Amino acid sequence: MEFLSLALGNLTSPIILSFALGLFAALARSELSVPEAVAKGLSIYLLFAIGFKGGAAVNEAGLGPTLLGALLAGAVLSFALPFAAFALLRVMTRLSALDAAAVAAHYGSISIVTFVAGTSVLEGAGIASDGWMVAVAAVMEAPAILSALWLVARSGEGRSLDADLWREILLNGSIVLLVGSFVIGWITGAEGLDRIAPFIVAPFQGVLCLFLLDMGLVAGRGLREARAVLRPGLLIFGLTMPLIGAAAGGLSGVMLGLGTGSTMLFMVLGASASYIAVPAAMRVALPAANPSIYLTLSLGVTFPFNLTLGLAIYLAAARLITGG
Amino acid sequence: MQTHSAKRVEIIIEAMMERRLTEALLAAEVTGFTVLPVHGGSGRSGHWTRAGQIGRAGGMVAVVCIVRPDRLDGLLDAAFEVVESHIGVVSVTDCEVLRAERF
Repeated sequence: MEFLSLALGNLTSPIILSFALGLFAALARSELSVPEAVAKGLSIYLLFAIGFKGGAAVNEAGLGPTLLGALLAGAVLSFALPFAAFALLRVMTRLSALDAAAVAAHYGSISIVTFVAGTSVLEGAGIASDGWMVAVAAVMEAPAILSALWLVARSGEGRSLDADLWREILLNGSIVLLVGSFVIGWITGAEGLDRIAPFIVAPFQGVLCLFLLDMGLVAGRGLREARAVLRPGLLIFGLTMPLIGAAAGGLSGVMLGLGTGSTMLFMVLGASASYIAVPAAMRVALPAANPSIYLTLSLGVTFPFNLTLGLAIYLAAARLITGG
Repeated sequence: MQTHSAKRVEIIIEAMMERRLTEALLAAEVTGFTVLPVHGGSGRSGHWTRAGQIGRAGGMVAVVCIVRPDRLDGLLDAAFEVVESHIGVVSVTDCEVLRAERF
């Protein structure tokens, strides 16, 4: 009963309805579109705001051993999840080792937008979370890429990790902005946050709505174009893997003794699949892998699932396992 | 008006690869090129559009170079090393230019 009310509350929130509008418009072939520059501007705003707020929260609460444990757990989770995803894909689908590894990388990494939506759900439910979970999100972006490259190297394909590729993996724009704004928020603390709160706190939900409208459009267009690649096995994987990742994230949260909010966010990070950083790295590192498979799965299947049902499932589960 | 024969090379490649390609061109002493945004299109990998994209993985760019005919092979060798395994199109057309000393 509690889960149903959570799910319904989530489904009727402005951010989810904005995503649904974008999805509907794309599937109905409406001419509605968000210009690329606007979409990038919105994503820069969201990354800066979430990073800054997280850093300011850490300045307030201080650093502790729990943060270091969470960062380590996040890195381990990001390294490990691609192996589970790869094994599942090889069993459930007919994907080649190359395509399976490329898809697996996406599921070890994270979607920062799903994370942001998760924090919104927590705020709506009045549940606190640790600000440094943003740092955990940043740490989880890259290790999965290395796991995928190792999986491919075993089959004698792929390319070596040169300086260019390391730069792509470790210094992609979203990581630099997220970590950078986190550090700025950490240095300037509550006073710094107060100064720019009218810009990064008050408009945040509205900007997130517009951004998710765009994400709905992109996801809908991707689904329309890539229906041919969405075989039943892949579809089931796209809906099952987030639950496996969320379970691993929840386990990490419990082992670290995190509260309900942070445990839920750990589950969100484990469940989400990248569609910004990893696709870019895969295009460079594994150009022969089919982008329509991994982009459709991460953005067209797992992302909508996490937004519409997943967040409510993860919050209910986090409450159950932490007693919150 | 006096014109001179030249080769126009257009390379449409993933936005991800732009810097790598232009660096390879510079290393091959091809110092003149223009990078143009590509709005969208369709090919062997399906239909795509730049609209709404926030990552660089979904976008393409066009790199256009105009060189003297005797410099074409060096340019193509340098470019092909980068673009060989990636989505994209490489085309070469004959063209006429003014001010030949600039190429």
